[in-house]
Amino acid sequence: MVYPLISALGYSFFSWDGLMRESFAGLDNFRRVLTTVRYQEKFWNALGHNTIFFVITFVLQTTLGLYLAIQLTRKRFGMDFFQTVYFIPFTLSMVVVGFLWLLLLNPTWGAFSQGLKVAGLGEWVQPWLGQKSTALITVIMVNFWRWIGFPILVYKAGLMGIPEVLNEAAVIDGASKWQLFRHVTFPLMIPTISMVTIITFIWDFNAFDLVFVMQGSSGNPHYATDLLATFFYRTAFGDPTIGGASGEIGIASAIAVLMFIIIGIASYFGIRMMQKKEVKY
Amino acid sequence: MTSRTGVNNNNQLLEKILTFFNYLLLTVLALIFIYPLVLMVLTAFKSTREFFFDPFGLPDTWSLKPFIDVWQKANFNTYFFNSVLIATSAVILLIFCASLAAYAIARFDFKYNNLVFMFFLAGIMIPIRLGILPLFILMKNLNLLDTRLSLILTYAASGMPMSVFILTGFFKTIPTELGDAARVDGCNKFQVFYKIMLPLVRPALATVTIVNFVPWWNDFFFPLLFINTDALKTIPLGMTIFFGQYMTDWGLLFSGMVIASVPLLILYIFMSKQFISGLTSGAVKG
Repeated sequence: MVYPLISALGYSFFSWDGLMRESFAGLDNFRRVLTTVRYQEKFWNALGHNTIFFVITFVLQTTLGLYLAIQLTRKRFGMDFFQTVYFIPFTLSMVVVGFLWLLLLNPTWGAFSQGLKVAGLGEWVQPWLGQKSTALITVIMVNFWRWIGFPILVYKAGLMGIPEVLNEAAVIDGASKWQLFRHVTFPLMIPTISMVTIITFIWDFNAFDLVFVMQGSSGNPHYATDLLATFFYRTAFGDPTIGGASGEIGIASAIAVLMFIIIGIASYFGIRMMQKKEVKY
Repeated sequence: MTSRTGVNNNNQLLEKILTFFNYLLLTVLALIFIYPLVLMVLTAFKSTREFFFDPFGLPDTWSLKPFIDVWQKANFNTYFFNSVLIATSAVILLIFCASLAAYAIARFDFKYNNLVFMFFLAGIMIPIRLGILPLFILMKNLNLLDTRLSLILTYAASGMPMSVFILTGFFKTIPTELGDAARVDGCNKFQVFYKIMLPLVRPALATVTIVNFVPWWNDFFFPLLFINTDALKTIPLGMTIFFGQYMTDWGLLFSGMVIASVPLLILYIFMSKQFISGLTSGAVKG
């Protein structure tokens, strides 16, 4: 009954075991990832990109996303419509999203560039995805475009779970809107925000499809958008950019285990913090 | 007195201005969300030549030819069939396993009851993608690489933790008396489960279906690694064919993208309630 899960989970816990059997390498794979020139640089490069990816997404979703969720929770004209619209991209495949934005962001005939030209900002047009300075942030924004519907939806559910009495009591006590948010809404939303943050962290440290579709398996241009998952993929299944070198299963497993440790530690502390900060009412 | 009404008027004015800017922001954002989708549909109706000539205008003709082309000539009928078959089979397998597991956890007291539940809970936090290498080797050893079954099994297994979590919560809300009454009436244990309990958790089953069907339909990662044969590819993987390194058939690509996106869009619009409850159930504490 639970065999598929047990075997999959079991394998994922013990992945390096099976591979050590082939090579008897001990911790050597980890040592090679973290200290040899060939992998070390790429690993930290990718880890840095994943961190930026997460931090930017987190900041945007807990400011803009929360703000939008609060607006959408009000019983006002059109809010259901906006809610529906913001969520639509979340139903699209990353592959579709990737191709769509490749078209929109194309510097010569993409809608984004054309729009800038029409607005008289022609000199702002740039090969967004083709230059090192803008490629990563562009990918992050495209991902955000698809993702934001989810945090909004969850925040909204959280906001609707706050008893109306509390808001009314605060208003009667003379709280301003900001005070209401700062001292009532926000503290009660912390568990929801933490949960969404943890989910976002897990997602962003697994991000793969978008970069693979838009920037290729080596995170073009010149590894500027390389993520842990694309680095892992190249290492495990071969890297077309260096003449189709075959995969290094041992090294790749070590990368996967490191990713697992990073995600595990972060989720653990995230949940701990969430439980501490939880406000009872 | 007068000064006080003055403050009130000011407040009301401020409120109106704020509301206006809120709507402005919401509308601008809505355009950013909708425009790319409109462009996608428009582009889908164009030929590649027409697309380069006029990338943003309306298509010359609204013929369905590009869709028929992509459906027949570019094997999209095969990809579509594969996607439907894989996602549906995985859902059926998942519902079967998850409902039995959840029912056992919720209703029967056995020694490792809680342990099993914690085991499933831990699974929610662990992204299955990190297990791809052992999975890959497992599939290879089982001779399942490059089969639809490899995807079905992987998806069903990866859906278990969340589904067991949702279903266990639901089963626990059903009064035990209902089961007892059925037992008195002569049902055996499995009949109680199948005839009494399962129909009662139907809303949860809908939630589980949606939560899992959507990511599986859109999944690119596992097909990319498991599937090689063109006739076995799913839609997201099949689509990448159009995107060549040197030449991209934008017309066909976008028709394919529309075909890939429409089913979930329809599902979302008609079942948004289940969507919302499914996606928020794990994230918000009730």
